[in-house]
Amino acid sequence: MAQYARKIKIPKLPIVIALGFILVAVTSGFLPLFWLSLRAGFGGLDAYLPRVISFTLKQAFLSTVLSLLFALPVALAFARRQFPARNMLLKLFSIPLALPAIVAVLGIIGIYGNNGFLHGLISVYGLPGILLAHVFFNMPMAVRLMLTQLEAVPPESFRLGAQLGFTDSQVFRFIEWPQIASSLSGIASLIFLLCAASFAVVLILGGGPQATTLEVAIYQSLRMDFDPARAALLALAQFSICTLLVLIAGRFAQSIAVFPRALGEIRRYHGKSLAARVADALAIFIGCMLILPPILQVILTGITKIQLDHSLLRAIITSLTIGFASASLGLILGWVLAQYTARSRSAVLRSAIRVASLAALIMPPAVLATGWFITLTNFTDVSRLAAVMVIMLNGLMALPFIWPAIYPALVESMQRHDRLCGSLGLKGWDRLRLVDLPVLRKPIGLAFLMGMIVSLGDLSAITLFGSEHLVTLPALIMRQMGHYRMDAAAGTAVVLSVFCFVLISLAQSWSNSRDHA
Amino acid sequence: MITLEGVTFRYETMLMNFNLEVADGELMAVIGPSGAGKSTLLSLIAGFDEPVSGQIKIAGVDMADCAPDQRPVDMIFQDNNSFAHLDVWTNVALGISPKLKLDAKQSATVDNALAVVGLTSFKNRRPTELSGGERQRIAIARTLVRDKPVLLLDEPFTALGPALRREMLDLLLRIQREKKLTILMVTHQPEDARHAASKIGFVESGQILYVMDNKAFFAPTAPAEIHAYLKG
Repeated sequence: MAQYARKIKIPKLPIVIALGFILVAVTSGFLPLFWLSLRAGFGGLDAYLPRVISFTLKQAFLSTVLSLLFALPVALAFARRQFPARNMLLKLFSIPLALPAIVAVLGIIGIYGNNGFLHGLISVYGLPGILLAHVFFNMPMAVRLMLTQLEAVPPESFRLGAQLGFTDSQVFRFIEWPQIASSLSGIASLIFLLCAASFAVVLILGGGPQATTLEVAIYQSLRMDFDPARAALLALAQFSICTLLVLIAGRFAQSIAVFPRALGEIRRYHGKSLAARVADALAIFIGCMLILPPILQVILTGITKIQLDHSLLRAIITSLTIGFASASLGLILGWVLAQYTARSRSAVLRSAIRVASLAALIMPPAVLATGWFITLTNFTDVSRLAAVMVIMLNGLMALPFIWPAIYPALVESMQRHDRLCGSLGLKGWDRLRLVDLPVLRKPIGLAFLMGMIVSLGDLSAITLFGSEHLVTLPALIMRQMGHYRMDAAAGTAVVLSVFCFVLISLAQSWSNSRDHA
Repeated sequence: MITLEGVTFRYETMLMNFNLEVADGELMAVIGPSGAGKSTLLSLIAGFDEPVSGQIKIAGVDMADCAPDQRPVDMIFQDNNSFAHLDVWTNVALGISPKLKLDAKQSATVDNALAVVGLTSFKNRRPTELSGGERQRIAIARTLVRDKPVLLLDEPFTALGPALRREMLDLLLRIQREKKLTILMVTHQPEDARHAASKIGFVESGQILYVMDNKAFFAPTAPAEIHAYLKG
């Protein structure tokens, strides 16, 4: 029986403010766009828009298929094998999750670009480069998600398979594949969503109208061509596509932030032949070769080129300040929403709040930013509010990742403590101080770190609102690349990566040791 | 002391309807199959659940709109009776002040209660470092400092072995006699009820079917449902 205190009432004001904030943010982003497009009579519906839409979908589709094709053998191999470097390699596969897109792009250019040692293998600008970068990010994520699925297979299944004399391919057909297949559509739609909304990768590696996505085209219409009406039209298209995808994939987006626990040993009885072992080793090797070179490239070129000058120091301070503020905003929003969702008896309200927490996925940053930009130019000089806009946008962008870090822990804590707190009269500030904060400090810390990581790696909000007065680390890398100072850019990338790795390793150790006190 | 009149409650598809009268200073055991509504009965009296209709009175006062901490009731649960991140002393002290602001006299009360349940040497430990029986002693100590006339027990000793269960029951009985507590105890162990309770209520399908004296409940003349339950 659920051990809730169904009677406990929580104050309405915070939830009204939090939902109001998100609602205003979304509508002030959306309405001006809608209005502008209406007034322009949906003009600009020339060949440009269909071309951009079709490229957006095409690259997302190809990225998804390639990521899954590379990920499947790697995940199977990791699940089957225990070997000394296994845990280290699995850690390697979690690096791209934390790596800001711009850093990876820099590494990919360094390896495959004009001066790279694999120059000429593929053309790094245009579709091939975009696909390579998207596979770099999403293949490892798919591996981790598939591995989580495979680890959930009960050990008895493999014993049964051994007893029945299954061959390797029968184990795959009857045990492994059904387990992965059940979540494959979710993993695929998540990757598709992330690639369709991809900004940094396409901004740098895409080129011209032949290889641009909606997200980047919005930015170009707004900041390069000063054509808000076309930006609005593109934003509407992006909004429609993303809404559809979030409805399909939203549930899975939440699982990104949940790190698989230290993966235990599952005894396997198949795959003992030499051919099977070679094939698995090869799969893991190819997987590593997709991930490792760009990372090494950035580190090796960058580590000696860190120019600890005024602009770098300023960018560090700006990034950390904005990251701190965004994470705090996201955490407060997430906390209030999660508290209310956990207690509310209205199913309608609960799903409304869940959708609100995904606002930044449904309304991609470029869409929100465009609308805010248009709304605010009527009242004030937008550049003066740039920092606030970036913080708000980053806070909303972090929310989908903050939610899964705190919600389950909050529900568990309520089930443990609600009745006792109710009977002792512990409520409000006393309960927060004596019970919730001490008990939930790890999930709260984890959520905060996720917020920081999202904000530190963000390029879209800062590109849309940034200026020479507001330069974060990713923006500084862009600037240095723009001036063809690739070495300095690599140096800055190393600094940015160090910050991200410190945060992600903290997050990982906290989520593994979440004490069930 | 406790009166329930036509108290109805709906849990998922199950409709419950309780009528009950517990006299002052009585220890009544509540027995019945799983899912019969025993825990819900206690939750309603403690104020964790709100009845759909009917009236709950404690010491003659209507409990409608009375928050759990405002009722003259203390409840000990099967588990999660203490905050795992706070030490034993603090857990008991929370029973006096939820703000944790205690004067010297109140602090002495806490020390005293810990002595009664035999936890003095553990007062700086965390509950996770204690055994199951010791953890439930924390809850009993807190009951002592809260000093409420009614005590509700929701299978508090189920996880303990027979000897330890008997010891804890005897500790409770001693406290009950000293403080003249009225106790309502849900249990799955008929022998616990036989040992400690003066009256026994039998709950089935969301209703209190019988309330009988200890002897009559275990006698061959008891109703068929009770026989069926006791035989398992």
